Amino acid sequence: MKQRDIKRLSLILLFAPFALWIVLLIVLPHLGMFYISLREKVAPRTYEFGLENYINFFAEPIYWNTLIRTGSMSLLVTVLALLLGFPIAYYIAKIAGQRSRGALFLMCLIPLWVSDLIRAFGWILLLRETGIISSSLQWAGLVNTPIEFLYNDATVIMGLVYTVILFMIVPLVSTLDGMDDSMIEAGYNLGGNGPTVLRRIIIPYAMPGIVSGCIVVFMLTAGSYLTPILLGGKNSSWFTEQIYDQFITRYNWESGAAFGFLLLAFTSLVVWGGLKLSGQTLNSTVARS
Amino acid sequence: MAIKPNTAFLASYRIYVALFFVFLAAPLVAAGMFAFNDSQFPSLPWQGFTLDWFFNDSEPKLGMFHDRRLLRGLYYSFVIASCVSLLSVFVGTCNAFLFVRCRFPAKDFFYIMMVLPLVIPGVILGISILLLASNIANGAEEALSLDLDFLRPGIVLVVLGQFSFITTITSLVIIARLKKFDASMEEAAYNLGASRVRVLRTITLPFLFPAMAAAGIVAFLVSFENFNTTLFLVGSEAPLTITMYDRMVKVGSTPVLNAVSFFLMIGSALLALVSILVQRDKPQT
Amino acid sequence: MQPHTENDLECIRIQKHFGSVRAVDDVSFEIPKGSFFSILGPSGCGKTTLMRMIAGFEQPSSGDIRIKGKSVIGTPPNRRNVKMVFQHLALFPMMNVYENIAYGLRCAGASKDVIRSKVHDVLERISLPDVANREISQLSGGQKQRIAIARCMVLDPDVLLLDEPLGALDLKLREAMKIELKLLQHQFDTTFVYITHDQSEALVMSDNVAIMNQGKFVQIGTPQELYHNPSAAFVAGFVGDTNRWAGRVTRVEGNTVEVETEAGLAMRGSIRGTGAPGVGDKVSAFVRPEFITAEKAGGSMQAGNGQNVIEGKVDSILFNGANSRVLVRDRAGELIEADVVLTGGPQDLKPKDDVTLSWSPEQTMSFKA
Repeated sequence: MKQRDIKRLSLILLFAPFALWIVLLIVLPHLGMFYISLREKVAPRTYEFGLENYINFFAEPIYWNTLIRTGSMSLLVTVLALLLGFPIAYYIAKIAGQRSRGALFLMCLIPLWVSDLIRAFGWILLLRETGIISSSLQWAGLVNTPIEFLYNDATVIMGLVYTVILFMIVPLVSTLDGMDDSMIEAGYNLGGNGPTVLRRIIIPYAMPGIVSGCIVVFMLTAGSYLTPILLGGKNSSWFTEQIYDQFITRYNWESGAAFGFLLLAFTSLVVWGGLKLSGQTLNSTVARS
Repeated sequence: MAIKPNTAFLASYRIYVALFFVFLAAPLVAAGMFAFNDSQFPSLPWQGFTLDWFFNDSEPKLGMFHDRRLLRGLYYSFVIASCVSLLSVFVGTCNAFLFVRCRFPAKDFFYIMMVLPLVIPGVILGISILLLASNIANGAEEALSLDLDFLRPGIVLVVLGQFSFITTITSLVIIARLKKFDASMEEAAYNLGASRVRVLRTITLPFLFPAMAAAGIVAFLVSFENFNTTLFLVGSEAPLTITMYDRMVKVGSTPVLNAVSFFLMIGSALLALVSILVQRDKPQT
Repeated sequence: MQPHTENDLECIRIQKHFGSVRAVDDVSFEIPKGSFFSILGPSGCGKTTLMRMIAGFEQPSSGDIRIKGKSVIGTPPNRRNVKMVFQHLALFPMMNVYENIAYGLRCAGASKDVIRSKVHDVLERISLPDVANREISQLSGGQKQRIAIARCMVLDPDVLLLDEPLGALDLKLREAMKIELKLLQHQFDTTFVYITHDQSEALVMSDNVAIMNQGKFVQIGTPQELYHNPSAAFVAGFVGDTNRWAGRVTRVEGNTVEVETEAGLAMRGSIRGTGAPGVGDKVSAFVRPEFITAEKAGGSMQAGNGQNVIEGKVDSILFNGANSRVLVRDRAGELIEADVVLTGGPQDLKPKDDVTLSWSPEQTMSFKA
């Protein structure tokens, strides 16, 4: 059958770039990273296999404390982003008029394309001791001495929420946008009040968008580097900083690979747990298109 | 309007939304405005308007368009982003046809594999690719005394590292568009006597083109602003974000960084706008 | 094999299997040159598959398809001179009207001048001479319809296939387009094969209609034959409105049977279709509403001249101008539809009126079940 040959050939031709991409740039590097994390340098150019790098990690409280801290702060950021972002997404999708809707959505999108670096830089200019907020407060006579807003956890969390909240709002807007208004009206019509309609109708409907936004936000936060360092200073104790430290400062790639693998395993575990709890799958959320 | 809540609630809701957008804009405005302040430091008080931080050609107020290192960074960013954008649109288009049109075993599994790079932290992508490439390069050098220079940190690795996750984004954008395509359009063209290649060229690709262009722009922007993955793969040809970061850490904040920020924000905003405009469908009646 | 050049399209024992499902099962038919042929059937009956095989998008599992006497099995769709109007028209939105119509000519490698003159000629023929430079989105539903047909007709096909193209239109436009399609077919003098599940479209436009059910052709005939002489219970029930009873034969007398329905109503009917029912056999009896006369009880109606006569009470009036009906509940409790003329005067039937219904056994089509 000639037709079948053409189909097979085109399948192979289309599959080849996909396979090259996934195997060479995703699967092999991660297998390699895992492999390297299992060996330890005992002398120049001689390595021993074992769990030494992982044992070191758990033996040193600073390391795993940093991982726990990164994980819990990322969860907090995710929750805050959801709580702050949901009303905005709902406003854009359901309450704003037809015209302002597009404009608001656009305003949400534009900061999305501005580098983390520039955004963190903007916050530094606002929050540092000689920054805009501090000098404005002095000028207004509310305080006498300059105030340093940078280098504390609250600022780091605020900065992280700022960096990632758009990744929460955008999927939520598109999910809520697909929701028929008459569903909400029917909810009211059948006797529901505001909170019941929200809890019984809107939130279940938006669940795929919520979960998808949460996964992306959590991953981005846990893997972020610039915002914690620039807003939290050198002592922000973010796990990616430890990885960078192992790789670039100490040049201990084996241990860095182990740290990287631990971060990946830890975040995947959290995402997996989140999916199980919410009864969603990766396919129904992030991969939805 | 879906619900008509009472006016007091609606008013406070509106205030919240307004405050949120102020919050969104504040750091961007702060980063942008000091580009025009005639002062050595990006802080208040306002010393008057100037364009020196863009165009002045001598120290101490060296403008960004005369700062060689920044310009070189801009150039490398541009080269990297263009390569990533072309590559990822090409592979993204192939992926779209693969996942929308073809049937093959374990398709769901492969689809998840395709989405996965998006949820792997960028830092990890960077180090894993660095490790693999370095090991291959080391191995080749020891065993075959081959010098595989492109596998050392540098522009090729940066492109590959960014490409590894940006392709997921382009694939998702193009897949969404291809799914909307009415397959009977292709059959109609085929029925009217077109060959398969001609159908692809005159019907399917023109339909996909807006999504491909938008995906390309998005890829370009994401590549341009990427920091986490790039950080580990960068060699001597540092792109702009890395150059800026170095400057920020070593020299401290100077208004020339504000000028670059302003330039990048305007550029990204314009490109993002173009991507939205090309994707907008013609009004249907 | 002798060539059948007088037929534009012939299908010989076509079968199509999808796994164990027989989508099209042993279908044969031929369509003479220049006629309007419809394939009418409920959705899922296999008519779309059949048409996709004629167009070449699917390969039949067995059987032969001949266009102008030549087998086209193995010929890819772009080499068949069979053009198709798709259900949602599939006009190319990125091209304007001119480019849409020119598309097929360009594929065939026609020169610019030829293309220009042919496109303008065909636009003239569908009476839309001024739309060449419009975008597809600027056209009305009916205009799109005509452009989709013109796009095919400009290639001078042997057969034009139409896949429920009126489905997306609103009712008024659909009525107008039925007439227009018929006129277009006359004008182009090309064989149209029209697929639909809407019986009124098929009956109004076609020279011949094939009734399709579960992958098979049940009957092929002119609209009048199908309506008045259905060969099977499915056709009687599918084409036109009808009252339907299930019952058993109590007596056979030549071509006439006496039937007792399940609710206990007795009537006389004529045997139709294949297979003569004997006493005790199950039958389905069909009577069209226009053959039932409804009169107020105690009128001039005379029983005993061989008519079926039953008494009942008007349940409701379905007023629809000249096509008005009454729903009558008989003694057994069943509802029977009958056409009536409502003049608006005091003589009109009203709900709760006692009525006498009568119809001839000849119009009581009885099929062996």
